Amino acid sequence: MKKNVLFGTFAASMLVAGIAQAQSTLEQVMARGELVCGSNTGQAGFGAPDANGVWQGFDVGFCRALAAAIFNDPNAVSFVPLTSQTRFSALASGEVDVLARNTTWTFVRDVDLNLTFVGTNYYDGQGFMVPRELGVSSARELDGATVCIETGTTTELNLADYFRVNGMSYEPVPVDTAAEAQQQYLAGACDVYTTDVSALASSRAAFAEPDAHLILPEVVSKEPLGPVVRHGDDNWADIVQWTLFALIAAEELGITSANVEELKTGSNNPEVGRILGTDGGFGAMLGLDDDWAARAIAAVGNYGELFAATIGDQTPIGLARGLNAQWTQGGLLYAPPFR
Amino acid sequence: MWPRTRLGQPTGYIMSITNDQRVATAAPQKPAFHPSMLLYDQRYRSITIQIFALFLLMLGAAWLIDNVVNNLRLLGRTFSFNFLWQSAGYDINQRPIEYDSTMTHGRAALVGFLNTIILAILGCALATVIGVIAGVLRLSKNWLVSRLVTFYVEIFRNIPTLIWILIFGAVMAESMPAPSAFRGDNASSSMIFDAIAVTNRGIYIPSIQFQTELGVLPIGPFAPSLNWILILAVIIAGIFANKQLIAHANRLQSETGIRPKTWWKSILLLLLPVGVILVALGAYLDYPELRGFNFTGGLHLRNSFLAMWLGLSLYTGAFIAEIVRGGILAVSKGQTEAAFALGLQPGKTMRLVILPQAMRVIVPPLISQYLNLTKNTSLGLAVGYMDLRSTLGGITINQTGRELEGMLLLMAVYLVISLTISGLMNVYNSRVKLKER
Amino acid sequence: MSNVEAHTVAYVRDTMIAQQSPPLAESGAIRWLRSNLFSGWLNSVLTVVSLLAIFLAVKAIAPWLLNAVWNAGSLAECRAILDGATGACFAVIRDRWHQLLFGFYPPQFYWRPVLALVLLFVAIAPVLFTGLPRKMLIFSALYPFIGYHLIWGGSAWFPVSVLLGFVAGVAAYVILRNLNGLVAIFGAIMAPFAWWFLAAGPFDAAMSAAIPLGLDFVRSDRIGGFLIALIVGVTAIALSLPVGIILALGRQSDMLFLKTICVVFIEFIRGVPLITLLFSASLLLNYFLPPGTTFDLILRVIIMVTLFASAYMAEVIRGGLAALPKGQYEAADALGLDYWKAQRLIIMPQALKISIPGIVNTFIGLFKDTTLLVFIAILEPLALANAIRADTNWNGIYWELFIFIGALFFIFCFGMSRYSMYLEQKLKTDHR
Repeated sequence: MKKNVLFGTFAASMLVAGIAQAQSTLEQVMARGELVCGSNTGQAGFGAPDANGVWQGFDVGFCRALAAAIFNDPNAVSFVPLTSQTRFSALASGEVDVLARNTTWTFVRDVDLNLTFVGTNYYDGQGFMVPRELGVSSARELDGATVCIETGTTTELNLADYFRVNGMSYEPVPVDTAAEAQQQYLAGACDVYTTDVSALASSRAAFAEPDAHLILPEVVSKEPLGPVVRHGDDNWADIVQWTLFALIAAEELGITSANVEELKTGSNNPEVGRILGTDGGFGAMLGLDDDWAARAIAAVGNYGELFAATIGDQTPIGLARGLNAQWTQGGLLYAPPFR
Repeated sequence: MWPRTRLGQPTGYIMSITNDQRVATAAPQKPAFHPSMLLYDQRYRSITIQIFALFLLMLGAAWLIDNVVNNLRLLGRTFSFNFLWQSAGYDINQRPIEYDSTMTHGRAALVGFLNTIILAILGCALATVIGVIAGVLRLSKNWLVSRLVTFYVEIFRNIPTLIWILIFGAVMAESMPAPSAFRGDNASSSMIFDAIAVTNRGIYIPSIQFQTELGVLPIGPFAPSLNWILILAVIIAGIFANKQLIAHANRLQSETGIRPKTWWKSILLLLLPVGVILVALGAYLDYPELRGFNFTGGLHLRNSFLAMWLGLSLYTGAFIAEIVRGGILAVSKGQTEAAFALGLQPGKTMRLVILPQAMRVIVPPLISQYLNLTKNTSLGLAVGYMDLRSTLGGITINQTGRELEGMLLLMAVYLVISLTISGLMNVYNSRVKLKER
Repeated sequence: MSNVEAHTVAYVRDTMIAQQSPPLAESGAIRWLRSNLFSGWLNSVLTVVSLLAIFLAVKAIAPWLLNAVWNAGSLAECRAILDGATGACFAVIRDRWHQLLFGFYPPQFYWRPVLALVLLFVAIAPVLFTGLPRKMLIFSALYPFIGYHLIWGGSAWFPVSVLLGFVAGVAAYVILRNLNGLVAIFGAIMAPFAWWFLAAGPFDAAMSAAIPLGLDFVRSDRIGGFLIALIVGVTAIALSLPVGIILALGRQSDMLFLKTICVVFIEFIRGVPLITLLFSASLLLNYFLPPGTTFDLILRVIIMVTLFASAYMAEVIRGGLAALPKGQYEAADALGLDYWKAQRLIIMPQALKISIPGIVNTFIGLFKDTTLLVFIAILEPLALANAIRADTNWNGIYWELFIFIGALFFIFCFGMSRYSMYLEQKLKTDHR
């Protein structure tokens, strides 16, 4: 038995990822040969492992694009599932390089928790879903209702604020995970299920009778969700940020995974050339290869393609673009110029 | 709990004999101190080892503290409990004391703490009841009953408590009727005795309310109602008076051999004052009533609470059943026979002979089961029970990002609770302990 | 004489009556029913109530189980097959059982953890069954390396070079033993570290380059399900045994300071819930280590769970020590053995033997407690159940997963507890 001690000690030293001295995040990632991405423990459409254990989803797709930009291999990324409670410390301690897990950009998180939100990959807002038979058509009619919320999220605070502002009372039923919340809601243990509208829609799509449920028109909060990195490594923040912008700009400029190779050989739009690395040497400024953005787009497609493949209206999640359309289409997506 | 054995002493004893002999035969004066004695002389070696251990411990502690300081500096944070005084911003459904989302994180933690205590006390009580009944029934001659209880004990002992809590949560939510089923003239569900409503949001029972409120007693953050304090005081006084009465009856019996009838006096002492005070305060029952989305009024036992309470109690009850069974079996049969030989009736045999001896075997493991149950209340978040770990250790840490301070505080509180329980129980344990002479 | 008596009595039977079956009410099923189920009014009431409870439970659950669907690709398909009837959808188990057992371990390598588990039983057999040849203990000593290599894979030279460190330690002890006992112990401690820090790395690299040998490497984030529960449980119990022995001895020591440290440690660990320790592993450990150090979450968890288990182990072993008759200590003293020799040759072999049922029970408890890993997002069975439910195909499934997970836990823990009861019986007779 005593010899079993050794097992732990040496399984141990094997697993020790190594002591990271004053290395930049990019150097660490390069040395490791893969990106470590903090993901959801399981949110349909945004990030969840499939039957083969391969992670799929919108946030997951962003991490794959980032891995492709760095390594030219969308699979050079490992996913660490994080709960809403463990996510920020995992990022702060260096356990993950980037957090792509439906995380709302707020003042306290950005400033007090020393995180850097690099942008928004999904503009969301908190909404309410009720069974149609309840006969409610507005959130203002919810006085005295029982409300299912996921704990540890901003929705909990928004909910308290909304009911307080409108002078209504409610009975919170805090739940640990999204799956649990849906279960409670479907069983009728709460009248209302509140979370981000995107998550409401994806839940409703999976219900046995989606039409029996109504998402109320009120959106009570702004929930800009986006990738997060540690504070203090500006180069790394730039890489993550501009990978996101590259995906967004690619959609605006009509670069898709299908035509990216063709456009690389020549395009009459100079900005396309700068994004794809045929001109300007932008990749080198980030410390990457010049075709970094082309690789990211080739791997997962542009923002629109990624959206359509994971959460768009052709998928079971069935989300409309809404606020997440390009600014030219009346949405909020607006990538700064590649110049 | 265990008799102290004397490890280490004997060897020292032998060494000292050899030393003494050498002293006696070789030289009359003490041998001069030599540094190697620090290692080889039993008298000094323990001091050397302890100093070495102290040194290592301090080194380790210094290393840890240094790391914490460095890490906090790198993260640009300070170690402070100030977050406890910031406004919490979240609501808690089960509030033993007044609380709303504008109050502080500290207040939210206090609410969670009280919820933990409530669950722990009620859980221990129910687990004991279940455990004693199941333990006795498992020894029953009734084949079916003893098999059923064995089934209960084995299935609950061998499946993790977290799974049981989740299952009870699901049973409550999935198989009970929704409040809307109680609505209308030909409702599909109805309240039990028109007083208790079992819904998929929990169980609503009538609560006692008063027409005359005496106000509250402000002690720090708590504000217990004076009405309840008064009732509690009257009950305690009644129990005390009853004890005096019994003692008096016992004295009379041992002096004269005749025991005065006390049962009606006991009932009078225990019930009458409480009844009087309840009438005086205008107590009435507040029945739950379907209004709007939910039942209002009465006392609401939420799903989360019921799932935790039943899950923990049935799980721990299975262990207590085994302890009780073992305790009863441990009392030798001769004790029963001796009691019968003395002419004691079966009931008295159990009460005066078997149980006091069985208790001695039962209490120590029972304490550790109570401790386990109390610690397992920290699983509350799985079903959304707002205990200390869900408020302070969950939402507060999450909203403020103060995981170091929050976790340390959380551990400290649990440690104090655990030590209090084991301390209280050890006092009891030493009282019932067999006085070995 | 007999004749006289024969006349005074009217009738005397002169042959034996053939044996007859007992009255109907005192035989067969009726007698059994009467004595076992209806022996008094209380028992009768209990029987009726029990029967009623069983009937209601069966009535509620039976249709659901009988209608179970085993072949479907999603919950929607299940619902379509059931067509409105109540019924379980065990198709999810059929679809995902491998994830609940192994997590995301590569399917083509499932034989590796299975083999590791089988070998584990071989390795602990000589510890548990004294009848087996002692030489098998050599395999037990090698098992940690074999088990590690089977599960994680990678270069086979890594565990070998680690193992060689221990060989170096033993060699140093044997060589230096004749010189001086203290120097030998010092050498035995220093030699392995010298090997690991100085020579092991180059040796590993050189051998791997020269003779590449080993199984494919599997990352620890691929490991999940019951496999992770078993890894954490078995490793933590194995590691906690030596720590527990030291703590138990320390707690009984006469050295006040050491004793205080041990008591404080044990009471602290036993006083806080496991979940707070797991959160410390996941959230706080980084604060207590030098800046920039990160290690694998599984390793952090194993360390914390080991600390947790060792406090409980210390109490179990303390019980074993206390159960030893005082005469054993006195006999050891009488033979002139010093403290460590007495512990090693007399006290510990007996105390550990008495403690085996307690150790097994601690292991069962720990194994059940691995479900708490769900709170720190380690993919143990409950977490995988959540992940499965997040898949659009299985969104909304509930009972089936819990029943499967619960049943597996039950089989494992029930088997272990039966085994521990058997041991208890066996050890009891040994002592009389």
